[in-house]
Amino acid sequence: MQDVTTEKKEFTPNIVAFCCNWCSYAGADLAGSSRLTYPANVKIIRVPCSCRVNPMFVLKAFQRGADGVILCGCHPGDCHYVTGNYYTRRRMALLYSFLNYMGIEKERTRVEWVSAAEGARFASVMNDFVKTVTELGENKRLTDLRVKEGE
Amino acid sequence: MKEVELKMLDRAKALLESGEVARVVGWKKGDFCFDPAPAVFETVEELDGFVYDWFCGANLSKYLIQIAKKEGKTAVFLKPCDTYSFNQLVKEHRIDREKVYVIAVECLAKLDVEKMKAKGVSMIESVEVVDKEVRVKTAYGEETLSKPEVILTKCETCQKTHQAKDEEIIVHERPERDVNRFAEVEKLEAMTEDERFAFWRNELSKCIRCNACRNVCPACSCVKCVFDNPASGIAAKANDDKFEEQLFHIIRAFHVAGRCTDCGECSRVCPQNIPLHLLNRKFIKDIDGLYGEFQAGETTEGKTPLTSFTEGDVEPKDVFQGEAK
Repeated sequence: MQDVTTEKKEFTPNIVAFCCNWCSYAGADLAGSSRLTYPANVKIIRVPCSCRVNPMFVLKAFQRGADGVILCGCHPGDCHYVTGNYYTRRRMALLYSFLNYMGIEKERTRVEWVSAAEGARFASVMNDFVKTVTELGENKRLTDLRVKEGE
Repeated sequence: MKEVELKMLDRAKALLESGEVARVVGWKKGDFCFDPAPAVFETVEELDGFVYDWFCGANLSKYLIQIAKKEGKTAVFLKPCDTYSFNQLVKEHRIDREKVYVIAVECLAKLDVEKMKAKGVSMIESVEVVDKEVRVKTAYGEETLSKPEVILTKCETCQKTHQAKDEEIIVHERPERDVNRFAEVEKLEAMTEDERFAFWRNELSKCIRCNACRNVCPACSCVKCVFDNPASGIAAKANDDKFEEQLFHIIRAFHVAGRCTDCGECSRVCPQNIPLHLLNRKFIKDIDGLYGEFQAGETTEGKTPLTSFTEGDVEPKDVFQGEAK
């Protein structure tokens, strides 16, 4: 038996965060071990380098129900693989600008550089991003209808 | 154009007879005067069907990937816009430059039969172009159309010149033009997000996923395409999904970003008349604005914008409508 309720559920966004293994993922770790809080609806996906993120990953995340996608990597110049994040920077600048051209809100996509020592920054970046996306509301434009079936 | 065609035919014959080339890539007559098709001619006798007229809009450079692998040299007729695609393919090591003999031919813009039909001209029997007039002979009589109104969309803003040639066949001088190819992109950028979204959903929902744009695109030369993988979940059109077409076109435009020469073939072949060139042009405009002017296919060397970087590149968050804040 399902409960029939007219009560409106509060919107909590699904956030996908791609974090590079060497800086941002360690930064997230530091945020955790320093007992800093950031919203639990941020789902972290660890990637070897921010330039591992294919534009398809971002689109697929949106398609499968993400309301915002954030990409975190080492600060430019600090890449573990020397130049990886420089390519990311160009790629994502173009992809995000293009998504905006297709009519997708610019605020749903973001790139931030977070180092392994910046636990506090990781938490504040995530808090800020979740706040922005919550204000924007649900991602209706990029979602695949099929993922909504079960709801 | 007849004059040019005869010169081309002479050269093709001479090249084949002397054995300098093993085959010639050009256009052959179709069932009607307005549907010539790309073709390979291996003997002088086959050249009977050779044609070069106002409807030869097809870009022949992509065919060379397969054809130039065969034994012997291949001669090809390339229009100005085709030479950019050719250079790009040489740069990507898809074509061996040594095995191709490029004959640059004059273009003067090609006609779009769909645009002529849209103007109510049907049963076209022959076409003659005099300056800016298109004189059409149909089964019902004669009609005169204005040429700028019935040329292919890709020709409307073309300012390209031959970038690769071993010899050239030019008879007429091309008139100088002052056009902004980004005008339509700018118009879209000036819209609100909602309007842009509505525009693209309207256009892209017409997509039938026939993959014609991908198959004709000289930049889409992967041996195995991501969209051919049945396990990808994006290999065909999903009936119940509004986003599927967008995903296909976003990814396709991204895959050719920095390599697209703006040859406009995608829009030409689209059976649903989706303005696909506006997707690629957005990337070209952004790249020009953010990383300096770049025209793919101008040379056969050097790096593309997405395979290079500078330390002071603009941050993604500072990019707004293709410009750094």
